[in-house]
Amino acid sequence: MAGHDAVAALVAEAVGGSRSALARLISTAERGGDDAAALEAALLPCHGESYSVGITGAPGAGKSTLASALTTELQAGGERVALLAVDPSSPLTRGAILGDRVRLQPHLGNPDVFIRSMASRGHLGGLAMATCTARRVLEACGWPLVLIETVGVGQAELDVAGATDTVLVVLNPGWGDEMQANKAGLMEIADIFVINKADRAGLEATRRDLEAAIAANAPARRPAIVETVATEGTGLDALRAAIAAHREQATASGELAQRRRARAVTELRDLARARLELALDGQLAGPAGEALAGAVTRRELDIDSAARRLVADLLNSDSQRGASRGDPEQDTP
Amino acid sequence: MSGKRILMAKTGLDGHWRGPTIVARALRDAGFEVIMIGMARPEEVVQASIDEDVDLVGLNIGGHVDVAVRAVNALNDERPDLPVFCGGVVPPHAKRRLEALGVEVYPPGSQLPDIVGAARRLTGLD
Repeated sequence: MAGHDAVAALVAEAVGGSRSALARLISTAERGGDDAAALEAALLPCHGESYSVGITGAPGAGKSTLASALTTELQAGGERVALLAVDPSSPLTRGAILGDRVRLQPHLGNPDVFIRSMASRGHLGGLAMATCTARRVLEACGWPLVLIETVGVGQAELDVAGATDTVLVVLNPGWGDEMQANKAGLMEIADIFVINKADRAGLEATRRDLEAAIAANAPARRPAIVETVATEGTGLDALRAAIAAHREQATASGELAQRRRARAVTELRDLARARLELALDGQLAGPAGEALAGAVTRRELDIDSAARRLVADLLNSDSQRGASRGDPEQDTP
Repeated sequence: MSGKRILMAKTGLDGHWRGPTIVARALRDAGFEVIMIGMARPEEVVQASIDEDVDLVGLNIGGHVDVAVRAVNALNDERPDLPVFCGGVVPPHAKRRLEALGVEVYPPGSQLPDIVGAARRLTGLD
């Protein structure tokens, strides 16, 4: 554990342009705990604003290759690009193979591109727990554009929708029919649909099904459809234009501001829940938890009453505790 | 959870991925986060090791010992505290050159448990 002052010093270094300090701060976020809390506090006074673009879709849809081609396209316009690429951790061993960089080889060693691979570390929504903090670190360090690539998702891992300003949902020709296109979940969060591998058979049908589903949406929510062949770099100019158009429209309409506020609520709830769970685990492992578990096992107390008593004890002890670990007072400068 | 991160790169020019992939899987199964970057030049390995803030670098050197030596020297210059180990087709003279630079070498015939054990030791887990 580095401590509050060390984290603040590292933030100053990173904001001053040190790439290794920036990288170490992302590790600090990943490790969590008190240092990660100190990091959030140290980032608060930092200026800088970045725009974030999420890239999500099924495994093998071409998210990494698309991220690489999009980075090339944005770089051609002179933009510095940061990319957070999330891959799954094993729920069994907690190990991970983070392979997105293999698709990102053209950007190896480029000082204007920052790539960081993140393991999901048990988080289930398609991102890692620390991804949002990592985005804030990049923002503080003056990276204007942050791409966030999720793990390969199914239909309902939608973290990225709350975490980013423009969401790209990547599909492929032959991916499904009209019924799939109208399903809840992934299909609802796209700001832009990208039909990647568009040189494959089935493009027309996929485009038609998507268009039909989009036409049924409220007029306020009509995502664009862009066709790409990321391996060849085709369609990337159109994708860059579609992102710019969505950004402009969302900024002008106030949707962007609304989204960022909703993001704050979501993150706040997640963080508060994590802290509650930690406190709950502590309570359960302590004498009060032992006593309740014993009473339930001996059938002296029903389980629902035990749960309510546990929560009541937790709220009581939390408000009584002063400068303890979970105290928010410690986390503000 | 170890949370320890290992960068795996190929400095050789051949296209063989089998060896590094098998090693990466063994490390994954031992709880490491293994970041694969594919073929990379020495300065690219250094940059990736900084950006990814890894605890250990594994180089698959595929017989091209001069490139591997340059990569190790570059890493030692930029991040002297970062341990490096090597695998792949490493002739005996190359093994000696690399070991002289403080690099552990695992030539063909090495056992996966030994490599995993080295990773644990070099990242301070054991």
